[in-house]
Amino acid sequence: MAMIELKDVHKSFGSHHVIRGISNTVSRGEVVCIIGPSGSGKSTILRCINGLESYDSGEILVEGQRVDRGARSITGIRMQVSMVFQRFNLFPHRTALENVIEGPIYVKGEPREEATARGRALLARVGLAAKEGSYPHQLSGGQQQRVAIARALAMQPKAILFDEPTSALDPELVGEVLAVMRSLAEEGMTMVVVTHEMAFAREAADRVLFLDHGVIVEEGPARDILTNPQHARTQDFLRRVLQPI
Amino acid sequence: MQSFFSQAVEFLPILMQGLRLTIVVTIGSLLLSTVLGLVWALMRVSGIWPLAATAKVVVNTIRGIPIIVQLFYIYFVLPDFGISLTAVQAAIIGLGIAYSAYQSENFRAGIEAIDRGQLEAAQSIGMGWWLTMRRVILPQAFKIVLPPYGNIMIMMLKDSSQASTITVAELALQGKLIASSTFQNTTVFTLVAALYLCMSIPLMMLVSRLELRLSRP
Repeated sequence: MAMIELKDVHKSFGSHHVIRGISNTVSRGEVVCIIGPSGSGKSTILRCINGLESYDSGEILVEGQRVDRGARSITGIRMQVSMVFQRFNLFPHRTALENVIEGPIYVKGEPREEATARGRALLARVGLAAKEGSYPHQLSGGQQQRVAIARALAMQPKAILFDEPTSALDPELVGEVLAVMRSLAEEGMTMVVVTHEMAFAREAADRVLFLDHGVIVEEGPARDILTNPQHARTQDFLRRVLQPI
Repeated sequence: MQSFFSQAVEFLPILMQGLRLTIVVTIGSLLLSTVLGLVWALMRVSGIWPLAATAKVVVNTIRGIPIIVQLFYIYFVLPDFGISLTAVQAAIIGLGIAYSAYQSENFRAGIEAIDRGQLEAAQSIGMGWWLTMRRVILPQAFKIVLPPYGNIMIMMLKDSSQASTITVAELALQGKLIASSTFQNTTVFTLVAALYLCMSIPLMMLVSRLELRLSRP
């Protein structure tokens, strides 16, 4: 069943045409990785899905509901489709636990005790039970990103969008974040992940999309795309990513 | 020196009446300017252009007219339109409006200093504009805004003396009245200056402590 549908989506920033007709369907429980060179429109398309960015034409549907950044329905869509950011974007004035329960309490109106209990369980799940009282600046990048994932999960979303979740991390911290994402994928969470982590894409993704200049150049099962790309541009990109210098 | 103290004992009770009005005008106009300033600032950052444009015009108009002229306008001109205010009311409203422009610019700077990622994170968990402001942006902007806010408080305390121009017998005007009837200019204005310092120096110390405290993460 289609969770997220993109139908011929176009988007320009001024005269710069960044998304040039993208169509795709993400099914429930599917893990899709979007790869491609910088400036290819990967982050932009992700941000269009939960209305952080508007799109110019075409259609984006989340469970059949049209994503319209200007409409009231957008908050409902955002509650179903959470987002994890490259730079974590935790609320610096709130503790790890407060970050996680902010949405459930103030957006969904859950009772505080219930939200807190669930928030603690989620922090435990990302391996940070001991850090619930810590403020973001007291946590490492990897820990912050795991809190951010717990915050996204706390909304009980139907899908989570990851925008280069490990790109701002020191190399030794990447693993702990990917491990959490891998376990989510195994549990059947619908995930769309913009990433440069080819190993993660190969292991966890059901499908990989290769984007370049705002179009999907090639798509297919992770193993096929990553080990046996058909397109010259995909081959070229993977050669550069997998064998740097 | 002897006569200074004996005169001080004589003048202080009268000056204290002025001091009371100074405090009333300062606190009243501080509250009004804070509320109005926040309204202008939120209009400016609302993303709704008629609101933003209106706020910009209002703030620039207020900033472009001397405080004293605004006070005259409210106290002397508004009665022609059937709005009669007491001198103290006019002073509070006049100074409150005049200072709302500076408050607004301070608040706006604080709000705009918050990383865009915070706004996006709030939106991504389904927060609307007002909830985002209340729970995410304003609490963070508060820290940035507080030290300049303290400085505005000190400026307002001193500028409350401009209320004397519309007959509010606050500290400065009381002093002038005593001086002109007793000719003890030195004693009277030394006392007036000292009383202002007694209020403004603790405020300055408070501001620098706040700055120190908030400079830490």
